[in-house]
Amino acid sequence: MTIIPTISTVLYDKIQLRERSEYTNIWSLLDNVYDPEIPVLSVWDIGILQNIEFDGDDYLIIITPTYSGCPAVDAIKEDIAKELQDNQIFNYQIKTRLSPAWTTDSMTLEGINKLRAYGIAPPTDVLDGCALHITPTENILCPQCNSRNTHIISEFGSTACKALFKCHDCQEPFDFFKCI
Amino acid sequence: MLDLKEKTKQYSTRLGDDSLILGHRISEWTSNGPFLEEDIALGNVALDYIGRARMFYTYAADLAGNGKTEDDLAYLRSEREFQNYLINELPRGDFAFTMVRQLFVDVFFSYYLKALTNSNDTELAAIATKSLKETRYHLRRSRDWTLRLGLGTDESKARMTKALAEIWGYVHELFEPDELELELIACGIAVDTREIKDNWFADIGAILSEADLAIPDAEWAVRGGRKGYHTEHLSMLLSVMQSVHRAHPGANW
Repeated sequence: MTIIPTISTVLYDKIQLRERSEYTNIWSLLDNVYDPEIPVLSVWDIGILQNIEFDGDDYLIIITPTYSGCPAVDAIKEDIAKELQDNQIFNYQIKTRLSPAWTTDSMTLEGINKLRAYGIAPPTDVLDGCALHITPTENILCPQCNSRNTHIISEFGSTACKALFKCHDCQEPFDFFKCI
Repeated sequence: MLDLKEKTKQYSTRLGDDSLILGHRISEWTSNGPFLEEDIALGNVALDYIGRARMFYTYAADLAGNGKTEDDLAYLRSEREFQNYLINELPRGDFAFTMVRQLFVDVFFSYYLKALTNSNDTELAAIATKSLKETRYHLRRSRDWTLRLGLGTDESKARMTKALAEIWGYVHELFEPDELELELIACGIAVDTREIKDNWFADIGAILSEADLAIPDAEWAVRGGRKGYHTEHLSMLLSVMQSVHRAHPGANW
């Protein structure tokens, strides 16, 4: 059986945006900035980094928050600033843009794999692959033993972006990165 | 005659008030939740609301353009300047009361925010698009809890019935736009809550019926939130919420 990998249009557009951008060095630098709550995902992987623009004087680092009240956003802004300054880039502004709203569709394939390896079930490990953008109450793939015999314990986990599940085969609880 | 920008600023501020005051009320459950998962869930819902308040306040502050920030709006206004709907300021009560309020507010916001995504004001529409996803997730929880408590024990059912009776009279003002909102509705900016009233009553009726709970037969109604007339509870909430900022103006960490 041949598996043809497919990606969401959101992710496709995002990759195109980066590939066409002139500011490749800035994009690469920001690959070193990770989400403080989920330190295996870069701001690019998770989809917080929306675009890099240049207004003639400053680089505009456009970010979009995941959840409205996510406290990691402030820390991420500081980390972006530090990474740029450490690399002698001082002409920058970090801007928050709400539209288009963040969705888990913008998570990169590398990010999805890293998340699963870290022990957090990624949003695509829903039976429908997150096509309906609904967090189900069961059948999430267990990141420990790959069983689908799993069930929700709580709609919220350790952070707003996660729900708590339990695997009935290996008996391990695990976080699921909610599909929105 | 206020100009459109000023009116939109006031509108965004009151939407921020709704979210901030409710978010603060829910946050009072932190470390008081009935069990650990629920404690965490309530904390996360509170964060969503406080985050939503920040977006509305930040936009209002941008429109004001006078150097004031979201913090000025949240921490340096007094009771009469807040224009949140009264339902949001009521004390958290027991878990049943909190869940009935969440159900009412979640159903309300699920229609309200959907309508606001079509606002002629693109920033308000963007905030609504972002918040709507969160509200739909909240609604799933509050609906689930309503069923569990309504169909649970005699005790849980009795508490839900009591909570419904206590909250019902605060529902009516949600569907009565004031002068400011009527003007902004005419401009395609604000949501006309009269148009979501029937859906709200139908959804709440269906959920309560499924939970074997009755819609209260209550004729009283309390109004005034959008005019700045509040219950006695808001001033106490503000005195707690604003105390640090007022004691240490401009403090940063």
